[in-house]
Formats: sequence, C-alpha cells, structure tokens
Amino acid sequence: MAYALLFSVFAISTCGLVYELTAGALASYLLGDSVTQFSIIIGVYLSAMGLGSYLSRHIVRNIISVFIEAELLIGLVGGCSAAILFSVFETAVHFRPILYSLITLTGVLVGLEIPLIMRVLKNRFEFKDLVSKVFTFDYIGALFASLLFPLLLVPHFGLIRSSFFFGIINVLVAFWALRLFKGEVIRPRALAAAGGLLLFLLTAGFIYSEQILHFTETLNYRGNIIYARTTPYQRIVVTREQDSLQLYLNGNLQFNSRDEYRYHEALVHPGLQAVRAPKNVLVLGGGDGLAVREILKYAGVDSVTLVDLDAEMTKLFRRHETLLRLNKGSLNSPRVTVINADAFVWMKENDKKFDFIVVDFPDPSNFSLGKLYTNTFYRLLYRALNDDGVIVVQSTSPFVARRSFWCVVNTLKSVGLKTTPYHAYLPSFGEWGYVIASKRAFRMPGSFMADLRFVTPETARLMMEFPPDMGPVDTEVNRLNNQVLVRYFEEEWSRYVH
Amino acid sequence: MSIDSPHPGISRRSFLIKGSLFIASAGGIISCANPLAEKKMEMAGRIAGGNWKAGHLLTEQTRLSPLETERTGIVIVGGGVAGLSAAREIMKKNQQDDFLLLELESNTGGNAASGSNAVSPYPWAAHYIPIPGREAVFVRELFEELGVIEGYNGKGLPVYNEFHLCADPQERLLIHGHWQEGLVPQLGMSDRDKRQYDEFFGAMERFKKARGNDGRRAFAIPVDHSSRDPRFLRYDAVSMSRYLADNGWDSEYLRWYVNYCCRDDYGCRMEETSAWAGIHYFAARDGVAANADSHAVVTWPEGIGWIVKRMEKDIQPHIRCNACVFNIQKLGDELAVDYHDVRRGTTVRIRSKAVIYAAPRFTAFRTISSLRKRLPSYAGSFGYGPWMTANITMQGTPEGKGAPLSWDNVSYHSDSLGYVVANHQDVSVRRKKTVLTYYYPLTSGEPAAERQRALQRTRQEWVELIVHDLSRMHPAMERSIEAVDVWLWGHAMIRPIPGLIWGAARQEAMKPIGKIFFAHSDMSGLSIFEEAQYRGIMAARQALKTTAAV
Ligand SMILES: Cc1cc2nc3c(=O)[nH]c(=O)nc-3n(C[C@H](O)[C@H](O)[C@H](O)COP(=O)(O)OP(=O)(O)OC[C@H]3O[C@@H](n4cnc5c(N)ncnc54)[C@H](O)[C@@H]3O)c2cc1C
Repeated sequence: MAYALLFSVFAISTCGLVYELTAGALASYLLGDSVTQFSIIIGVYLSAMGLGSYLSRHIVRNIISVFIEAELLIGLVGGCSAAILFSVFETAVHFRPILYSLITLTGVLVGLEIPLIMRVLKNRFEFKDLVSKVFTFDYIGALFASLLFPLLLVPHFGLIRSSFFFGIINVLVAFWALRLFKGEVIRPRALAAAGGLLLFLLTAGFIYSEQILHFTETLNYRGNIIYARTTPYQRIVVTREQDSLQLYLNGNLQFNSRDEYRYHEALVHPGLQAVRAPKNVLVLGGGDGLAVREILKYAGVDSVTLVDLDAEMTKLFRRHETLLRLNKGSLNSPRVTVINADAFVWMKENDKKFDFIVVDFPDPSNFSLGKLYTNTFYRLLYRALNDDGVIVVQSTSPFVARRSFWCVVNTLKSVGLKTTPYHAYLPSFGEWGYVIASKRAFRMPGSFMADLRFVTPETARLMMEFPPDMGPVDTEVNRLNNQVLVRYFEEEWSRYVH
Repeated sequence: MSIDSPHPGISRRSFLIKGSLFIASAGGIISCANPLAEKKMEMAGRIAGGNWKAGHLLTEQTRLSPLETERTGIVIVGGGVAGLSAAREIMKKNQQDDFLLLELESNTGGNAASGSNAVSPYPWAAHYIPIPGREAVFVRELFEELGVIEGYNGKGLPVYNEFHLCADPQERLLIHGHWQEGLVPQLGMSDRDKRQYDEFFGAMERFKKARGNDGRRAFAIPVDHSSRDPRFLRYDAVSMSRYLADNGWDSEYLRWYVNYCCRDDYGCRMEETSAWAGIHYFAARDGVAANADSHAVVTWPEGIGWIVKRMEKDIQPHIRCNACVFNIQKLGDELAVDYHDVRRGTTVRIRSKAVIYAAPRFTAFRTISSLRKRLPSYAGSFGYGPWMTANITMQGTPEGKGAPLSWDNVSYHSDSLGYVVANHQDVSVRRKKTVLTYYYPLTSGEPAAERQRALQRTRQEWVELIVHDLSRMHPAMERSIEAVDVWLWGHAMIRPIPGLIWGAARQEAMKPIGKIFFAHSDMSGLSIFEEAQYRGIMAARQALKTTAAV
C-alpha cells in the first residue's frame, strides 16, 4: 500500500505540473509575451502550493477523506481549466483574475496533498526515508510532466484535451485511494458517486473538446456560426442571426445581409451609372461577390475581373449555397474572371485598361494594408483607367475617422485624379465613406436603375453633402515611405473605440 | 597603428608574403567546412568569404611569368563601386573601347555584393544610400540615369521613384523588452537624458548649417568638398567619445546611440572613431526631395547590388573577373599590369598608358612594384575592421511587442547591429517568408585579433551565435528559420581613426604614382557609396587627361 501511495504522489505531481504548464501556455497564446506569462504562472502556482501545505496543518481528522476530496476537486478544477479559460477569454472583462484564481486553487489543492500523504505514511517509514521517497516521486512526476507536455500533449492532444485527460487521472487516483482505505473513509458512497459523475463529465469533455473549442468561438459572435475556416491570410467566419447572415474576417464584421445592399449599391451605382457604355470592370478585393452582383446588373458590361488575395474566400462565395443566394452566384457568371493574387503585385504587372474600377479593401489598419491606399498604388490605378472611366474607393468612416477619409481623397488628388467624395448611412457600420476618382470631371448621374433599394437620384444627391462634422480637412499625402494614413486611422479609431 | 597583420589566404582582402611573392586571396564562396557539426541546429546555409583555394594555388607557383601580353589604354584594378564608376566615366567621356577592368572575384560589386534565393535578392554588405545632398552631384546624376530620380518639381526638388524610397516603417529599436519606433532610445529616458539629446542633436543641426572661412560647408559628402577651416578640422584630432565627454554628454543612452552610429557606418567603436568622422555622420547629409523628408534613404532588396547590376551593364565587355592583379610596374612609357587568371590558372600582362587603382589602398603596398620595394611611411595609417554579415531566411515575419516590423531592426541589448529586412520593399500584403540581413561589426578587440578569431569560428558556431542573438529579440524564432548564410569580411571597412582623414597620410596616399591614379573609397577615409563613386569618377578624369595628352 505504501508504494501505491507513493505512486499517487507521482501522479499528483505530474497532473499538477501539467495544469501549470497548460495555464502558462494558454496565457502566452492569449496574452502574448510568453516569458512574463510563464514566470507569473509559475510564481503563483508555487506560492499557492506553499499556501496549501501551510493549510494542511489545520486538517486534523479524516485525513484520508480530505485527501480524496481534494483529489476529486483537483480533477474538476484542473481538468476543466483549459476549457474554461478558452471560453471566457473573449467575453470576460477581467481575464487575468480568473486565470490566477484557477491556478491558485489548483496550487493550493496540490500543495495540500503532499503533506497529507506524508502524514498517512508517517508510521510506515522512517522519517528520513519518508521524506526522501515522497520528494523523489514528486520530482520524478514533475520531470515526466515537463517532458510529456511539449513532446506529446501539445502537438497531439491540444491544450483542452490534455487538461481533461489529466483531470481523469486525478479522479482515478481518488478512486484508487478509496479502495485502498476502504474502512477508514467516511461517506465512501458519496465520494464514489461524486467521482463517477466527475469521470463522466471529464470524459465527455475529453471526447467533445473539438466542439468545445468551436463553442468557445461562438460565444464571441452574436449569431450562430455556419462556416468557419482559417486560411493562410485570415480567419473567415460566417454567422446567421435569425434570417440574416454576417461575414467576419479576423473577427471584424464585413457585412450583414440585412443592410449590405446599402453598402454595395452605394459602392457601385453612382460610379458605374456615370460611365458611358462600360465594358470592362475591375474589382479589387470584394471576394464576397456582392459588388460584382451589382455590376452584373449592367447588361453592357462584358467582363468583370475580380482580384482577391484569398482563394478560400472566393471559393466559399462560389460554392456555399446560402451565400450563393446572397450574391446571386455572381462569381460563377461567365462574364466574371476571378484571380487570386495580391492586388498591388497584380496591378504592377497589369497592362489592361478598365472603364470602372472598384477598390474594396479592408480598412488601412496596418502597414501592409496601408500600402493599398498610397499614391504609388493610385498611380497604378490611374494607368489602368480609360480616359472616360471611373474609380471608386471604399474609404472608411468620414465620421469616426475624418482625417483618414480626407487623406484618401487628398492622396487620390495628388496623382492627378479628380475626386468626388460621398457617404452613406449603414445601420451595421454607421456613416460610411467612398471616393469617386476620375480623369475627367465627374457628375453624379441624374437617374439610376429602377429596382435599387437604396440609391436613387435623391439619395445620391444627399450622399454628396458633407455636414461640418465630416467636412474636408487638410492632410498629408499617404506614401509608401510615410504611411500617414495608418497613423491617422489608428489614432482616430482607437479614440472612438475606447 | 600598423597594417592589420595579414592572414593566410582565407580572408577576402588579405595577402601573404612568402619569399618574393605575395599571395592574393581570390574571392568566392566556400561551403560549410564541417557539415557534421550541424546536428544541433540543422539549418541550411553556407559560409562565404575568401576563396582560400585560390590562395594556395598561387603559393604553389614559384614564379609567375606572364604568358600572354595585351595592350589597352587604361586598366582599372578592382570592380567595386569605385572601379565601376571609373569605367562608366571613361565610357561616357571618350566613347571608346580602350580600357579594361580587372576584378579579383567572380563578380563585380566588391562591398556592394549581393546574392539571392527563392524568397528574395539580398545584400551581403552595402544596402542603402541616403538621398544625396547638394555636393553629391555625381550621385544625383546617376540616380537620374537609373530612374531613381524621376524628375524635378516646380520648386526644383527631385522627385524620387517611390518604389525605391525606403518604405515606412523604417526603423525600430528593442529596448527594455519593447520595440519602439526609431533608433534613438526613447523608453525609460530621464529628463537629464532628454536634455543631453536636445543639446547633442542641436549641435549636430548647427554643424549641418555651419560653413568655414573658405565658404564651404563644414561637413560635406564627398569629404573633399568639406571646409578646411581648422575650427572644424580640429575634431579629427580627438575621438568621438572624447568629443562627447568634453561636452559633458554622459547619458548612457546617448552614448549607446552615438556608438551604434559609429559602428554602423564605420565598423569602429566611438572610442576609436575620429570625432570629425562621427560628426560627419550626422551633419553631412542634407538631401532634399519633393516626396520624402531629409532623412529618407533609397534601398532595394539586393541593396546597392541593384545599382551595381545596372552600372556594369554598359561596360560588360570590358570586365574581366577572376583576375587577381599581383604586379604593376613601369615599363618604358607604359605601365605593365600582371594578373593571374584564377579560373584558368594563367598569367597575363596588360600594357597600358594609365592605371586606375580601385582595389583597397592597402593592397597597393603589395601590387605596385615601387611601393613593394619601399613601403611608404604612411602605410601604417590604413587599418581595416572585420565584419560578419549573414542572410537569414525564415518563415513568416519576426514581429514582437510594440512597434511593427520595420526595415531596420536593432536591439539596444545586443552587440550586433540587428537586421534589415531584405524584402521590406515588397508591396504585397502578406509575406510568407522573410530574408533578414544581419550585420555584425567585430569591434570588441583589435581588428587583427578579431579577424583571426572570426576565421577560426566554424559556420556552426556562427549560426549558433546569430540564432541566439535573434532569439533574444524574438523568443522561439529558431523554429521559423530555414537557412543561415554567413559572410566574413576580413577587411570590410577602412577605420576613420583620429588623424586619418585630415592627416598627412591620406594626402600622401592620394597622390598618383606616375600614371597610377587611386580611386578606392579608402582614399576618402570613409567607407560609403558616395565616396567610392566620387573617387572612381575623379580618378577616371585624371587618367583620361594624361592619356589624352600622350
Ligand atoms: C558590411 C558593410 C555594410 C555597408 N553598408 C553600406 C551602406 O549601407 N551604404 C553605403 O553607402 N555603404 C556601405 N558600405 C560601404 C560600401 O560598401 C563601400 O564603401 C563601397 O562599396 C566601396 O566601394 P569601392 O569600390 O571603393 O571598394 P570595394 O568594394 O572594396 O571594391 C574593391 C574591389 O577590388 C577588388 N580587388 C581587390 N584586390 C584586387 C586585386 N588584387 N586584383 C583585382 N581586384 C581586386 C575587390 O574584389 C573588390 O571588388 C558597407 C560596407 C560593409 C562592409
């Protein structure tokens, strides 16, 4: 029996260290800065163990029962810790307190166990042998865990599954102890029942860890996730909320089917309607095919070239049935050519000319994207535009990011394009801005297609009115070698969000 | 100071005397000497530097007597920026085929050499040029020819091709665990530090505008256009660190930054750098542009190799690579230039009217017969610092907390100069792989000792050193590294120690010997592109004048 208990020291120590490493790894994944995270976790864990050891002196009766109860609790808390931390990360305002409480609780319980075992064993060994044996097994357990964790658990099990697995081991140790000390335990039935329940719970968690991970993600979105995929470029998530669909890229809303028509009608029709007999159209970005859907309404357009970086994105919007209903299968039209390439690189090589160019990139929130809003890029657009052609650029919110918006306008002007800024109200996004750029002076069309739901001659006229709080401001020109737009954008949006 | 002690063959610029012969080290690439030692860090790559085989090849020959003799108008020795500039000037001025350029290595470029792999071209050394100022007329002309300057705006300011201007973000510094924008340390600065910054940069600004009693700018590029006013030349008598101390600037951060700049531009610590050269770094550059600020630089994935490729295009038929010049002597009215063809193993003599000597100046003490016979007294003034550079190919990009990945990325806590992203100018949104060019001037000890130590290290040891340094900037980075290529530069840069630039030695060394004209950037005492080009063009003009007179 003595050796059986020593083996449980080994098991406890292994489990304890795995929880500690899991918390450390998780904290570095989620919070970054692994050195800081790991050292804080280790510090908190070790001091909690000290606290547990200290508290063990207050346990004077029923040592075995307390040992088993503690073991079950470790199984529960430690086993579920990774799943809990993953699910609360996005939603919890105070993530760190939760993280440190969980790790403290595990530490205290593990710290409690070793002194308790020593006390159980105190009559079976001489003191010096006891200390030497218990600590040997304790440290071997630690070594075992520290090798197991990076080599086997993280690569093959993942964090959530590993922690459930070790929760199960803790519970099994409790069962074993229950058998060993049959006569000495009070309320053995209740403990066995609790253990059984835990075993069930943890095993379920172990089996369904995939789904748990998925669920933790759904908590971050309001609707139900109907599609989620990580591509080399981004995380694509499509959700459904009642009868509407939403597309998120890296967690940022791209459109909501409830009002996307406003965005896309406003993006396409003022510009395209103004071009006399448009034939060739270029769309940069816009892999969802919604802008193309609007463009295909013009029967005279023979060819639409869509350049989007992400092949997964265009594939999704060519195949997914629900999404095909939304974009009317636009990307599968024989008039449309889809090219998966980096827009800047493609434009540098391009020698074709177009009558209408839609520039629908994500907002300039980093230096990589900021390049697509520079004068150098706009010069390439200029080169690719027929003399009577029109360019339209989505250009963030003139209300939230006023300087950013006018920076796009001024940068387009700097390469010799004539600009016509306008804006529209989108319930999902707020006040949104666009800029039309052309070689000749642009005049807003006096009439539009009949079946549009948002753009009419009246709304179009209103779109060109800028109230004083969104009116023009002086800005620098955005260049590859200064990237002022990214700086404006970051400053303006961070002020708005906080 | 003495010439850094020569070393058997291995280093790129080193020479060995054995009997009456000297051994030149031809350039080239040697692959990793000990592939088995790579178990621990299995990374592809190679070490490059001198081709010691060529050196041995020469030792084995007891006497080199030329087998063939040819004739030409002008011979240019060395195909670095200086030699190529000289060649272009000759082409432009006399439009005739009467010259030859002899280059030791298998490629031209010298210190502006470059390489490339599947991810990107990359530099082996020189990688950028600040936008040229008023005096750097030749650089501006070259930029116009190559389309780097696309035109001039209404105010007469040059408009630069924006693909060539270094893209933003340009620089970041890792300090106290955080990446900050810019290289001047900002995090953790006390008011005292800030005050010293203001004073120091204020002084540099004043030097920028200062003119001497001869009406020239105090500090100019080319160096020779600088004022000779003793008010400024006196700074050449003291070291840069002395200059800081004399002004009471003892801020640790300021001293770090100034020392970084000296090592970056001159491969020399500030204790050894002349204060004139140190100030020159800050005060000489006054370039302006229509579409960039005055601190802007132009750069390309392969660094200055981009320019080299374009420079050599027109003169290709005149270039002979693998040609190690080992003797230049007077022969009647003419000059005889003897070179060993490292590839074919033959020796050739070229008789010419003039020679432009664009190889490093210290090599002239071994190649030019009159100097070989009587080592001139100034010879000891020319010292060179060794460098190690490496190109590291990795998956993804090295990011970090704080400022985003920039072109130049430096760590306050490292002895290296950090790394430059070779594919920084790439316009695509996402880079799957990155090539980092890593710079390390070996300045902890005497150059000769450092050079010795550098050559004894195996590639494996270098790789470990580099990866360890990078991992301190980016934890766990080694997992993303695919290849590390290392280059050792034995004699990378002339060291502008006090007295070199404005002392007698440089003036002496610049004087032509008969019809041999000296063109290497060493003749300016500063190792930068602008000086190499200026020296090349000026030497070509002198040579053309004498040959025309003949
Ligand atoms: C690591 C490093 C980084 C640098 N970074 C920059 C930078 O960013 N910007 C900048 O402006 N400058 C930089 N420089 C300096 C710049 O590279 C040099 O100033 C410039 O390239 C020197 O050109 P050069 O023609 O004078 O000399 P070199 O480049 O030294 O050319 C001399 C040539 O002569 C050849 N040669 C030597 N001996 C013989 C012989 N016996 N026979 C025939 N040929 C021979 C050599 O092979 C070589 O090609 C850097 C230098 C180094 C080492």
